[in-house]
Amino acid sequence: MPRYSAAGVLVFAFLFALGSGVIVVSALSQAGDAKRSAEGRTQGLAAWEEVYSVLTHPRCINCHTATNYPQQGDDRQRHFANVVRGPEGKGVPALNCASCHQESNADSTGVPGGHNWHLAPLSMKWQDMNDNPLSSAAVCRAITDRSKNHNLDGPGLLKHHEEEALVLWAWNPGRRPDGTIRSLPPMSHQQFVAATRRWVEAGTPCPQGR
Amino acid sequence: MATYELTVNGKPREVNVDPSTPLLWVLREELKMTGTKYGCGVSACGACTVHVDGVATRSCMVPVSLIGKRPIVTIEAMSQDPVGRAVQNAWVMEDVVQCGYCQTGQIMSAVALLKHTPKPTDTNIEESMGGNICRCATYVRIREAIKLAAANLK
Repeated sequence: MPRYSAAGVLVFAFLFALGSGVIVVSALSQAGDAKRSAEGRTQGLAAWEEVYSVLTHPRCINCHTATNYPQQGDDRQRHFANVVRGPEGKGVPALNCASCHQESNADSTGVPGGHNWHLAPLSMKWQDMNDNPLSSAAVCRAITDRSKNHNLDGPGLLKHHEEEALVLWAWNPGRRPDGTIRSLPPMSHQQFVAATRRWVEAGTPCPQGR
Repeated sequence: MATYELTVNGKPREVNVDPSTPLLWVLREELKMTGTKYGCGVSACGACTVHVDGVATRSCMVPVSLIGKRPIVTIEAMSQDPVGRAVQNAWVMEDVVQCGYCQTGQIMSAVALLKHTPKPTDTNIEESMGGNICRCATYVRIREAIKLAAANLK
């Protein structure tokens, strides 16, 4: 029988208890991290749904078509006057976006305007070819795909939503030809940016599904 | 009312009008340049087309207050413009015009097209001229005249 000193036994017992404690604490910490991560993702997804509700509002989605033409109006009808997308999303010679849309809204004539008026590229289409909005999951995948979104990371997307002139235009869309104010997205720009920030800080999570 | 200093067909012009006045009415009523026509008044027909900083623009829907320093060119200057002259000659050669009311806008759009696309395809012509409406349906002759002008501009 090996003989152990009392001190040795105590040291062993102490180390065993310490190691066990570390393992337990680590496991608890990992469980906490996982819980926090799941909560963060849930909150991020909730924030994304707020963002999606804005992106699919007519003020935004009318120029994110999958077709060869923009849309107009709250009923998202095809843009009148045979307007077409053109190679750069700015129409074609003699029928450019700038043929009517100026640097700012023309409230006296009812033509909306803003800097660099143009259609979003086809890589940023948020509709199908039948003009139906894509799902939340599909739009989320598209705008977080850096091969499609002009290489924007999360902070880049946040900055786009905060500062891009045509994004800001959606909250200052001017008057319709009948003099009434165009409808606004379902939340303020400040709330939209805050939702985008929460989504970005959660790691830009996207819903599952098609 | 406000005073605006415009450059129209290379010449400085000053007008004192309400800021919301469409460019069309500044041209026709203030400057008495009646070559540019009023058609639909809502950008849908193209009869009022002029060039603003080289861009074919529907003058009926652009308030004068949004023009700024950009130069304006109207149908009255087309005979002094090489592309404009070629288009007008082609219009005569192809006998395009029926009633003629829309032809100012047709010619201004055709010139804008040819300045950007010297050898347009049928698709180019259809897309670029798609916003110019002709009640007399002279579309076939317009297309042929644009092709003739393009050929003559070699």
